[in-house]
This record gives sequence, structure tokens and C-alpha cells, in this order.
Amino acid sequence: MNKHAHATRPTRREFLKSAGTAGAVALTIGFEWAGPARRSFAAASSDASASAIFSPNTFVRIGSDNTVTVIAKHLEMGQGAYTGIATVLAEELDVDWAEVRVESAPADAKRYANLAFGTLQGTGGSSAMANSWTQLREAGGKARAMLLSAAAKQWQVPVGELAVEKGVVYHEGKKRKATFGQLAATAAALPVPGSVTLKEPKDFKLIGTRPPRVDVVAKSNGTAQFTIDVSLPGMLVALLKRPPLFGATVKSFDPAAASAVPGVVKIVQVPRGVAVVAKSFWAAKQGRDALEIEWDDSHAEKRSSAAIMDEYRRLADRPALPARREGDAGQAIKNAARTVSASFEFPYLAHAPMEPLDAVVQLDGHSCEIWAGDQFQTIDQANAARTAGLDPQQVNIHTLYAGGSFGRRANPGSDYIVEAVSIAKAYGADGTPIKLQWTREDDIHGGLYRPMFFHKLQAGLSAEGRLTAWRHVIVGQSIVAGTPFAALIKDGIDSTSVEGAANIAYAIPNIAVDLSTTNTGVPVLWWRVVGSSHTAFAVEAFFDEVAHAAGQDPFAFRRNLLEHQPRMKAVLELAAAKAGWGSPLPKGKGRGIAVAEAFNTFVAQVAEVSVDEQGQVKVDRVVCAVDCGTPINPDIIAAQMEGGIGFGLGAVLYGAITLKDGRIEQDNFNGYRVLRMNEMPKVEVHIVPSTAPPTGVGEPGVAPLGPAVANAVFAATGKRIHVLPFSSVSAA
Amino acid sequence: MPTSFLLNGKPANLDADPNMPLLWAVREIAGLTGTKFGCGMALCGACTLHLEGKAIRSCITPLSAVAGKRVVTIEGLVSTPAKAVQDAWVKLQVPQCGYCQSGQIMSATALLETNTAPTDADIDSAMSGNICRCATYSRIRAAIHSAADSMKA
Repeated sequence: MNKHAHATRPTRREFLKSAGTAGAVALTIGFEWAGPARRSFAAASSDASASAIFSPNTFVRIGSDNTVTVIAKHLEMGQGAYTGIATVLAEELDVDWAEVRVESAPADAKRYANLAFGTLQGTGGSSAMANSWTQLREAGGKARAMLLSAAAKQWQVPVGELAVEKGVVYHEGKKRKATFGQLAATAAALPVPGSVTLKEPKDFKLIGTRPPRVDVVAKSNGTAQFTIDVSLPGMLVALLKRPPLFGATVKSFDPAAASAVPGVVKIVQVPRGVAVVAKSFWAAKQGRDALEIEWDDSHAEKRSSAAIMDEYRRLADRPALPARREGDAGQAIKNAARTVSASFEFPYLAHAPMEPLDAVVQLDGHSCEIWAGDQFQTIDQANAARTAGLDPQQVNIHTLYAGGSFGRRANPGSDYIVEAVSIAKAYGADGTPIKLQWTREDDIHGGLYRPMFFHKLQAGLSAEGRLTAWRHVIVGQSIVAGTPFAALIKDGIDSTSVEGAANIAYAIPNIAVDLSTTNTGVPVLWWRVVGSSHTAFAVEAFFDEVAHAAGQDPFAFRRNLLEHQPRMKAVLELAAAKAGWGSPLPKGKGRGIAVAEAFNTFVAQVAEVSVDEQGQVKVDRVVCAVDCGTPINPDIIAAQMEGGIGFGLGAVLYGAITLKDGRIEQDNFNGYRVLRMNEMPKVEVHIVPSTAPPTGVGEPGVAPLGPAVANAVFAATGKRIHVLPFSSVSAA
Repeated sequence: MPTSFLLNGKPANLDADPNMPLLWAVREIAGLTGTKFGCGMALCGACTLHLEGKAIRSCITPLSAVAGKRVVTIEGLVSTPAKAVQDAWVKLQVPQCGYCQSGQIMSATALLETNTAPTDADIDSAMSGNICRCATYSRIRAAIHSAADSMKA
């Protein structure tokens, strides 16, 4: 507990690499991509195979019709991964953007592992572009080199005399030319080059521009295919009745009334409850409503969330484990001329993606086909195989567009996938396709929430107003404990509980960050920006209180302690400048600033709020500055910042899942409020120019939004926010 | 007893429980899957389609309620405002996950069918029933203004 520096923050890369070798997640063996049983539901993929004559690697195919099909190992859940992936590969390939198609990769960690995760295939931690960057540039560059060699061979000229533009190879000006499609057959017979020279950033034609999203048309005319849209011959629909309390199980059930509903085919019991399998959603829904189940809740979580928070508050004063130690914070606080302290309470949060969870499973004795907006392909494959009693190689996953996720579809237990497989198995594993459909109530009640957290902070200031000490105690549930990702926990510290806090960027001589990990029966999961969804709030809202106590401007106080953090400082300064920091605002309005790093992306935001006489908070404007390395597609970066701000704002204003005697008190979007159109602030996004390797943008925009708004509320009203959510402050 | 109505300009005769929500009749029986299920309680707008030209929530509208009436889903959009809206959605790169966007487009189209120059307040009142968890709201607003402008040109 003393002066040794204790950096317990493995990188996300280390974390997932270790998770991959933890043993509980079976690794997968490769599939042949093509083949009659391997058909993909997505219409986009059916046209390519016929004309695909050049497949230089596992990421691209070129057809004789010049179409370029990029194979995406990452899920497209709105974050723009398909477009980003295609952009990077197409850049080095020098192809016409209009010819580019994207298709999802099968589950195969050998070819499609997330390199930031080690040996797992999956999407998360805002890693899609960061881990694909070099891999896909090389894939595109090598394919291009082979097409050039093909032209050189055909025309008997040196490669050096050739030029390429938008999928066409030219010789001697434009005297002789051939399209990639015309060269594909020849290129296919050539060896793959061992290495390739990648473009200099100054030569980029697509990267840094705004090519339209590859999914924008299908998502504007209703043709984009989500899991809910899958229709297979003879397919049935299942709804599952789950226990009302976490940890309860089925004691007995009476299927009579449910079976009597027209269209209901079968009632089956599975580990997670009782499923009604029917010919339509409506029949399954009516059947489930009629189902009578007696539950055994002897092992269930029966506490209320208020009681759990009471326990957390007490734990904050008990010994905890060190997550970070610099100097001696305890002594420095004793020596401080002034101290500041505050605590913060964060509720459980549901992800509530617009598409309620769903999966289609077709299971027989020797194969299991799964259609889903699948985010953890090889984990889901392993869990599905275990549930079905098959080998992972016998489980084939068709990844479709996901109607949002925000982390929900990436769960180590593969909850909804396992449910669907267990229902198909209980049904008889006879090859009947079954679609498991969750309702919104299932989603809100379904657990795997962002954990509840309690934070207690104390700071010490010198007589001159210098920040000398920082103590931070975090109390809450571990996301990874008890999962195959538990390898992440080092010396008792789950890094997803302390990221954004243990690595506080400010130059403070004495720092102590402690973690007290709790246990509850409420299942929890990562939620957009993971630990920083609460740590960034606690750190940045409290930092504002400290600045105020020191009598300093909150922007200047931050900047002065970020001299050694150039990228963080730069976004802070950019946001402040663009927002007109320091310029006067009318009465009832306030401006707040916050900055955060998440997944190696730096984001600062300035929020402007109005608070009316009733204390109602309205966010008018958010100015956002982001440094995510090389901006691959500035329009998608802006979209992710805008979306992260709206998502984060809904959560801090309204988001709370609460339990009363173990029962979830919210059911749908009435009780679990999210942001709506009339509450969306004006957002301006400014991107820092950079040639550093790209980092992610799906999550980091969420981190500074809450504290920026809370700090703005203080500026407008003099009131601090310590309990979330807060749509109003007391008018007193 | 089958329910007869006009679906995207063509006669439809759907043999289903008359209490079945129109959403599921359109999706599972007529096979038009552009209209989405989000909440089942008219709270999110993902299921928005047009009944007699008005935006309605099909998840709480029984099939029987549309007998003899005109229903238009995103697959059947043909009007000038509808095309303007869809073009603006592409131009401004509105969708992220895209799941709610059929409903957003149906609500936006219904707005522009009756109000060719909506103010921000008009947009708030027409669109606040449509949730987008990706929070594409700024772009939806800009796209509606852009669509309105393009119709003037």
C-alpha cells in the first residue's frame, strides 16, 4: 500500500490476448468460405461468388465484372466499420469506390481474428479500424501488385511503366488499358508478393475523404437485412419466458393455455426459462402471455438497487485494492492546505439497441447455422457448439447488420445465441429454422447492464492552489469476473472498472486509486465506452470542483496539468477555442468542459446548457474535438461523435435501471427513457489532423459528455451533480 | 377471416387473426420487412407506416383496423416528398445502424406531405416519437430541411 508505482492497467490488447488463452473460450478452426451449406442470407453476398475469379487473400475478391468484394471481419452495428474497412483496403488497391461491396466474414479466428484481441474474432473496444489498418492496407496493396504484374505479363512490359487509377491499369499514357476485372484471371495465377510498399499519406485518395457509407442506400429504403428480417422456409418464431428475478429458475409450468393459442407449435423448457415456439411472432407472443410458470427464487437476487448502493457507500470507507499509486496521497492530503471531497453514484444502464436481440438457428444432428448481428463470432461459435453438443467447426455463423449494440451483443456467455440454440435443441434439433425474438421488455429486464458504481474522491490543494493529492475509491461489480475474460483481472483489479480513473492524465504528484469489487446477482456487461462511462464522469466532474476550490478557470486548470499530455491538451484547447470558452453567456446558461482518453482516442467537449426556473436541464450545444490518429473517414468520425453525444446525453439525463426487491422497475422506453429528437443539442465536431495510426471512434465520444454537461449545469446554477441520472436540479 | 386493404397501391388479402398488429401482418404475412419492431407499445416509432396518408404506429394497430384502407410501407414510397426525403438521407449520410430509419423516413415523409417548409419546432413535434439509439437526430433534422429545400427547387 505504499510508495511503489502500481500501474495496473493492462492495455485492451493484453487483456483480450490473455482472455483468448484463458482456455474457457474454445478456439475455432477454419471453414471453407464457399459451399452450398454456407450460403449467406445477405443478398449482397450472393452475386459475387459467380464472377469471383481473383481472391488474392481472405479480405478481397475481384470479379470479371470489376466488382470488388471486401470481406469484413467486423460487425457493422452502425459505427461505420464496413465503410472504414473497405476504404482502407480500397485505398491501397486503387479501385473505384462505386465498385466496392462489403460482405461479412464467417467465424474463423485463424483468418479473421481481431488482432487487438489476439486469437478471438470479434468487434469491440473501438478496435475495428486500429487492428485492421495495416492488415487491410497490405491486403489491398498486394492485390494491386498482382493485378499490375498481370498487366505487365499480358503486355510484356515492365511493371514500372504501368499506372493505376480507379480499378484500371494503364500503359504509355492511356494508350493501353485493362480493368481489374479483365486482369483478374491472369492475376489469380500469379504468386502473392511477400511484401508490398504502402502509400504515403500524401498520396491517399480515399482515406481522409468522405466516401459514402456502403450501407447508406439499403438503410434508407428498407432493404438492409437485419436478423429480424431473416425468413427461411418452414421457419418458426420463439419467445422465451425468463424468470422475473435474476437467478430464479423454473419450478414448474403449465403449458395448457399457451398450447391452446392458435399457431403455437410447441412449448419447450430450456435452462433460461420456457419457450413458446409458434408459426408467427404474434402467436408466440400470445402463447407466452398465456404461459403459467411457477418460479423457484430461492437463489435469486432479491435486493433493491437502493440497498445495493447503500452497501457500496459503506464499502467506499473500507480497505480496497490499489489500482494506482503515485507518491503518498494519504500523507499529502493530511498536509494539504485545503481538501475537497465528493462522491458520485451511477445506476445500472441498459444498452437498449433499437433491434431487440434476436437470432435464427437451424440445428440438426451435425450442423448448426446461426444468423445474427453477431459481435463475438468465435466466442458465440464456441458457446453455441457447447450448447448444441457439436464441435465449433460444425457451427456456422452468418453475421448480419446489427440494429445497434453498444456492447450488448458482445457478451462472453453469448446469452441470446445460447438461448436460441438451446430452444432449437429442445425443439428436436430436426433442422427446423427457429427465430428467437426478444421483445423490448425482455431487453430492459434482461440484465447484462452497465454495472452500478459508487465513486468517492478527495483532493488536496496547497496554499497556492496547486493540486497536490488525488484519492479515488471506486466501488462496483466486475464485468469480467467469472467469464473467460477474467484473465484481465490482475492483482484483484479489473481494468474495465478503473480505466479512465487509474490512468488519470493530469500531473498530480500524489495519486491513489483504489477498487472495491462487489458481487451481486445482477448480470453486468460492458456498455459503450465501458469503464469510462462512469470513471470519466467522476474524474472530470470532480476535477471541476477542485478547480473551483482552487479559484481557477476549469479549462486553464486542466490545461496546466496536461503539459506532458500533448494530444489530450491539444483536443482540450481546440474544443475550448471553437466553443468560445470564456465568452459571456446569458443568465440561466452555463458552459462546461471535460476531456477524456478512451481506447487511445482523445476527446474534449464543451457543453452549453440552459436551466429553467424549475431546474430543468436542456443542453443547447456541444462542441467536440477529437484526435483519433489518421482520420479515415471524417464524416463517419463526426457521426460517431454526434451519436456518442446523443447516446451519452440520454444516459446522464434519464438512464437508470433500478431494482425493487430484485424486480426491474422499468419495462420499455416509457420507464427507461432515452434521448429524443427534441432533446438533441447542436453538435460541432472538430477533428485534429494526424498521420498517427488510426484509433477508434465508436465509443470515446461518450466519455466526456456527461461531465461536460454536469460542469455546465454548475456554471449555470452553482449546483453540483453527484447522483445520476439528472434531468433536473433542485430549484432551491 | 382475411382482411382486405390496399398495400402499397395493390390489393392485399391477408389471412390472419384480425387482432394481429398490422406490423406483424405486414412483416410476416405480406413479407415486407422494411417496417421494424422496436417496442410494441407505440413508444419508439420503428414500426411507423402510412395509413390513409398519415403516419401511424403499426405495432399497436390491429390488422382489422385497416380493412378497406390504404397502407403504405417504406417499400411502397413513391411520392415526391418521399423521394426527396430518401435522397436527403443518402446525401447527408443519416443512418448508422439503420434499424430505426424506415420509421424515421415514414414520419419525415408524412410531415413533408402536409408541410413543405417545416420549422425546427415542426420537426421536433413530428419526429420526437421516433427514437434513434445511434442518435442520428442532428442529421435527420438537417435531412428534412434539405428535402424540403430540394422540393422547392
